[in-house]
Amino acid sequence: MPNFIMSYLGIKDAITPGAAGSQFWALIYVFIIFTGVSVAVMAMNWLERKALAHFQIRLGPMRVGPHGLLQPIADAIKLMLKEDIIPAEADQLVFWVAPLIGLLAAFAVYTVIPFGPSQAVSDMNIGILFMLGVSSLGVLGIVVAGWASNSHYPLIGALRSSAQMVSYEVAMGLAVVSAILMTSMKTGTGTLSMIGIVQAQQEQRIWFIFKFFPLGLIAFVIFAIAMVAETNRAPFDMAEAESELTAGYHTEYSGLRWSLFMLAEYAAMIAVSSIAVALWLGGWMRPFPNLLHAPAWDFIFSLFPALTFFGLAAIAIVGVVRMPSHSFFKIQRIGLAVFAALLGFIAVLLLVIAVAGRSADSSVAARFREGIDYVYWFVLKVAVFMYLFIWYRATWPRYRFDQLMKIGWKVMLPISLGVLIVTAIVGALVS
Amino acid sequence: MNPALNSDLNSAINAGMAPVATPWFFYVLAGLAVVGGLLVITRRNAVHSALALIVTLLAVAGLYLMLYAPFVAGVQIIVYAGGIMVLFLFVIMLVNIERSSKDRQFNRMWPVGLAAACALLALFVTAFVKGKALFPDRMMALAEGSNTQQIAGMLYGEAGRMGEYTFAFEIASLLLLVAILGAVIMTKKKI
Repeated sequence: MPNFIMSYLGIKDAITPGAAGSQFWALIYVFIIFTGVSVAVMAMNWLERKALAHFQIRLGPMRVGPHGLLQPIADAIKLMLKEDIIPAEADQLVFWVAPLIGLLAAFAVYTVIPFGPSQAVSDMNIGILFMLGVSSLGVLGIVVAGWASNSHYPLIGALRSSAQMVSYEVAMGLAVVSAILMTSMKTGTGTLSMIGIVQAQQEQRIWFIFKFFPLGLIAFVIFAIAMVAETNRAPFDMAEAESELTAGYHTEYSGLRWSLFMLAEYAAMIAVSSIAVALWLGGWMRPFPNLLHAPAWDFIFSLFPALTFFGLAAIAIVGVVRMPSHSFFKIQRIGLAVFAALLGFIAVLLLVIAVAGRSADSSVAARFREGIDYVYWFVLKVAVFMYLFIWYRATWPRYRFDQLMKIGWKVMLPISLGVLIVTAIVGALVS
Repeated sequence: MNPALNSDLNSAINAGMAPVATPWFFYVLAGLAVVGGLLVITRRNAVHSALALIVTLLAVAGLYLMLYAPFVAGVQIIVYAGGIMVLFLFVIMLVNIERSSKDRQFNRMWPVGLAAACALLALFVTAFVKGKALFPDRMMALAEGSNTQQIAGMLYGEAGRMGEYTFAFEIASLLLLVAILGAVIMTKKKI
């Protein structure tokens, strides 16, 4: 393999394609991330329906594929074939553009998400600023969609959502600033770059959620609440409260356009979760890198990706075994068995890489192993947040709009301001 | 100007690192900004104007990036495109577009606007014609990698001394605080 490609597989001296000025590799990264996010959104769609159903003691989708595994594909086909209705009185052009604005804003953010020290499209000097700025453009899509529908419920939904997002952005920004302050503790100069923020946690040997306990934790909790409001998810889904507003801002949307809104919403959820992971939860770092730092521990932790896939394969095999032995389920059983075999194959592949690359030298296998570890831990942490989103939705009732505003302005904002000030004081005293 | 940065840029240029910011990008962004600006003043529908204004603001943010000022670009996106324009739209959406787009222009301020626009154009033309004398003949040696840190140094000072613009910055923040208080007092009868 040419050196050029090697440098991207590597970790030690590798840089992001953006920093190397290589448009070709940047495009490949963008393509991989786009595919990965789209697949993640489909998986999330299935998981959400399944998990919500189980929370409510239902089965959820069971018909399309084994345990409804093919449901997202069926949904996608249905949405694409559905008639695409534009209301006669709607503003045609704006109605058409609105879902695209949300989608663009949600996906543009992925350029700076640090899946690893060099596993990002680009490492911008203003990384976190870019993420906050571009993700705040997502509200434009919602506002404009609500207005262009020329209908009452969408308009009210859009007004609610814009008020909500603008209010919670303030608390969110202040929480982020207190994390950025922490990046400057040891070196004296802070950084806004996403990769730099994770590296600062690496250098200070602490995740920022535990830094200046409980300051980091409070800032993190504020961000975690604000990000749910920012993505219009339950219990803050006032913009699409079905009991009051039918479906809120996307009432008039159908088919493909509606699915674009859903895609944007889930992509934005993944994006804000990655901000939380990168800023407070150590980004791509594995758990306990200080306490358990022996090479043996490195090896044990590098087995986790393989173990995860083995676990998934085992669950699938249990599903195959427990399938009713009726000829009606034959195809489903074979399909699930093939899926289990695929998961097992991936697990074996990951195991081989982990074993072959266990030495800390710079062989191809070792570099591969490190890269997989970084991406695995980052994605795992984000996945926890995605599950939390579902959990919130199943557990908490929706807030009233005035309660929402009260919490945003009278609770979250003062607390986040206080945390910011105290963090600055403590930081100045410590250094 | 920081001499270390200067030499950094020189060495980067000598090493043959081609800047990604090519003239092509400039023409696309500048074109977008101009077209967006024209749409803002020609659309009768206020929401369309606001959307065109967002396009213009984003194109200008792109131009800031080309000038090696990523921090300004990021702030432009957050404050203008993300914050102010959302509030603009918020207000415009409550206006009856149907009626206002049919209304005749009742405002007689267009000569003032025209004069202001002409003055601005004259300024730009002067700057363009006399550009060689007014501006340095080569690109400002600002490394984009430390742009944010430099701005922080100017605003807040570094190494124990006050920054060049600390006073002006604090005054501006005080002004904004007064504006916030004013807005709260005007909208809220009972505090």
